[in-house]
Amino acid sequence: MKQFISFVRKEFYHIFRDPRTMFILLGMPVILVVIFGFALTNEVKNADIAVFDQSKDEATSSLIAELQASRYFNIEKRLRSYQEVEEEFKKGNIKMAVVLPPNFGSDLLHLHNAQVQLIADASDPNVANTLTNYAAAVILDFQDRITDGRNLPYTITTQFRMLYNPQLKGAYSFVPGVMAMVLMLVCTMMTAITIVREKETGTMEVLLVSPVQPMKIVTAKAVPYLLLSLINIATILMLSYFVLDVPINGSLTLLVLQSILFTVTSLALGLLISAITDSQQTAMFISLTGMFLPALMLSGFMFPIENMPTILQLLSHLVPAKWYYIIVRSVMIKGVGMEAVWKETLILSGMLLFFLFMSIKKFKIRLA
Amino acid sequence: MSTAVKADNLEKRYGTKKEVTHALKGVSFEVERGELFGIIGPDGAGKTSLFRILTTLLVPEGGQAQVDGYDVVEDYREIRKRVGYMPGRFSLYQDLTVEENLKFFATIFHTTVGENYDLIKDIYEQIEPFKDRKAGKLSGGMKQKLALSCALIHRPSVLFLDEPTTGVDAVSRKEFWEMLRKLKEQGITILVSTPYMDEASLCDRVALIQTGEIMSINTPEGIIRDFENPLVAVKADNMFRLLKDLQSFPGLFDSYAFGEYHHAVLQKENQQQELQAYLQEQQHESLELQQIKPDVEDCFIALMKTDS
Amino acid sequence: MGIDKEKVITANQLTKRFGDFTAVDAISFEVEKGEIFGFLGANGAGKTTAIRMLSGLSIPSDGEATVAGFDVYRQTEQIKRSIGYMSQKFSLYEDLTVRENIRFFAGIYGMSDQFIKDNTARLLHQLRLKEEENKLVKSLPLGWKQKLAFSVAIFHEPEIVFLDEPTGGVDPVTRREFWTMIYEAAESGITVFVTTHYMDEAEYCNRVSIMVDGRIDALDTPKNLKQQYEVGSMEDVFIKLARKATRAD
Repeated sequence: MKQFISFVRKEFYHIFRDPRTMFILLGMPVILVVIFGFALTNEVKNADIAVFDQSKDEATSSLIAELQASRYFNIEKRLRSYQEVEEEFKKGNIKMAVVLPPNFGSDLLHLHNAQVQLIADASDPNVANTLTNYAAAVILDFQDRITDGRNLPYTITTQFRMLYNPQLKGAYSFVPGVMAMVLMLVCTMMTAITIVREKETGTMEVLLVSPVQPMKIVTAKAVPYLLLSLINIATILMLSYFVLDVPINGSLTLLVLQSILFTVTSLALGLLISAITDSQQTAMFISLTGMFLPALMLSGFMFPIENMPTILQLLSHLVPAKWYYIIVRSVMIKGVGMEAVWKETLILSGMLLFFLFMSIKKFKIRLA
Repeated sequence: MSTAVKADNLEKRYGTKKEVTHALKGVSFEVERGELFGIIGPDGAGKTSLFRILTTLLVPEGGQAQVDGYDVVEDYREIRKRVGYMPGRFSLYQDLTVEENLKFFATIFHTTVGENYDLIKDIYEQIEPFKDRKAGKLSGGMKQKLALSCALIHRPSVLFLDEPTTGVDAVSRKEFWEMLRKLKEQGITILVSTPYMDEASLCDRVALIQTGEIMSINTPEGIIRDFENPLVAVKADNMFRLLKDLQSFPGLFDSYAFGEYHHAVLQKENQQQELQAYLQEQQHESLELQQIKPDVEDCFIALMKTDS
Repeated sequence: MGIDKEKVITANQLTKRFGDFTAVDAISFEVEKGEIFGFLGANGAGKTTAIRMLSGLSIPSDGEATVAGFDVYRQTEQIKRSIGYMSQKFSLYEDLTVRENIRFFAGIYGMSDQFIKDNTARLLHQLRLKEEENKLVKSLPLGWKQKLAFSVAIFHEPEIVFLDEPTGGVDPVTRREFWTMIYEAAESGITVFVTTHYMDEAEYCNRVSIMVDGRIDALDTPKNLKQQYEVGSMEDVFIKLARKATRAD
């Protein structure tokens, strides 16, 4: 045990004395969250929209006036048909179209229920989401005012239609994505590199020719990265909760436990990479192209998996980050519990066991 | 005396089926307990492969070896408890201080710096003033002393030093060999490899190794005794022309530059006069000839040439 | 060596400082055409820094120097064209063949195709590498590599060749073959500037300088140095001087 602690301490010395490592370990997560956070909270002002008013009554003109008056929107066009709506989107002139059906005013008055359709260009999901939220807010205001605060059963149902990206990925989804990426970076890549570095500098030779069990050498190297990952998880969650206002709807305990599971899986993967490579360059290359890029592309964080070709969809099942991403999104954003993510948890655990088994099998007690 | 290290017909091959490099082609030798044994040969002779097999880092393709009576393949765990090893490259953590390095290596060998301090005292005292300095900031000579201290901290029964003096200047080399003599007095068996032939005379016995084969094993004096031909050191003003002229002397076995002099290996005794006359005929100025005792480098050259 | 011999390297109070550390401390010397100049010193004495200044890789902090008649401050490009350089660590591309290496390095120095063709054949013949010309350099024994590297370094017929520990780890026979090549190069008028840890090799030099703590503490022929320090070998001269060193690399 004393040996083990001494090893872990040495590992911390290495980390604390190398500014670059420190930066990647502790600076990178913050930077990633902030960058993605800015992309998300970038406020939309004076977005060009179009209105297709099929009713042309008092109610609609007053609603349109409200929209025009809001600082978020600039009514660029009044349209006369659905065809025009599509054309305007294709030309890229507008970001959103507001469609008011025929008899809006009389429906509202007599049926106490009218409908508004909001069509947004969701190829930029963040903007689309923001715009529809703003528009819905304006409509709600309008509704409140015509009912004059009385609790009358007037309701305007707002229908959303997202063009091009029906799932509306983007909003809030980056936090789970960044967590997966950071843990991959810290655990898989940094662990692999730090072990392989000892092979390169020759210190591994001395360690192997010592009574320390080789497996102990590598686990001791993994411990500091596990601890730092926990710090990273905490940092990211706090940043997203306090700075970016992303809610944590589910159980925090479950979220942390799941993150530890993924961290350990990434560590096992890092150990496996370090066992099969001899140079830092190769270790970095394998981690980046073999692990990091798939985590970015195939986890569903950047691009929706549902829209990918079948072959890529199948490949995405092999990416641990995908399952973690699903878990975090479910627990954090949707607020569901273990009963909803047990399948993903099981898959991730299976991967962990596989990586551990492989890295023990591939681990060399000698140089060659 | 008992045997500390025994190598029996060791073979090591690298590479694929298509292109095989034979690093070791049947190497056998024995090292007695308490001996300072030198493995002497140029780069690529197989020294590092040999050391890695003996320290259980590599498995030989053929033959077997024991260290302290334990088999290097079967009983590698036992051997790893008993040996000290200093690989060719400086095997220290450059970003840890002198003291941190020493403490770390003490812990992984289940000991403390205090426990065996008497063994490293002489060496460590020289670097102790810099104990808070990072190992990466030490000079070559100091790094070497620290690496040696780290390799000794658990009082190994056999110490393996792979090319400890390569790339180190003459002064540091001399100091290093003085340290090895002192360690030997404390009863530690030492195997050391080096490409510098002049270091052979500092060992109890040496093995001369070239392209994976041991050419000779003996005491330095024994190796020199085995050199049969008479050897003459020659010097003149124009050394380059002298070498060319030497090579055309009929009674010559071999000739080569050797520091200040050229060495001429003659075929028979009593040819020195003949050689002198021959060279004078070529009008060499300030010609000097004297019969000398060969050193290990002369022997190495002779062995290399008879082998090929 | 007469007084009127052409000076290929002149250094006058040449100095290099890194912050408040003076790596090379006002060294002055001259090297004549065709001379084999041994540049010795303990680890960290400042040899590498001095060679970098002389080969145009590093601008001096103070002092003057010319190499092949060019100024080390302003004419580094011309200097680089008139010198050859070989070190123990990097000299050839291991993953290129013998022929490709020659072709590449000759190409760098702008040799004509005809020149490269003629001289490659001559060189391969001299080194007895004709059979190996299409083999990767990494498959050659170290001694052959070093001999090839030297030939490549002087392929473009430079005025000066800088050799940084060219024979480290090379077997004693090949080491001597290497020095024969150095002698031949010097005979043909190439000035050789060489560092080594083998003290017997110091004896092969026409003149030897020994650096201690950034300064040149001794500079003479091996014979005079031994007389001056009243010892029998260059090794003893070196040890006498380098023992005084206070700093390390």
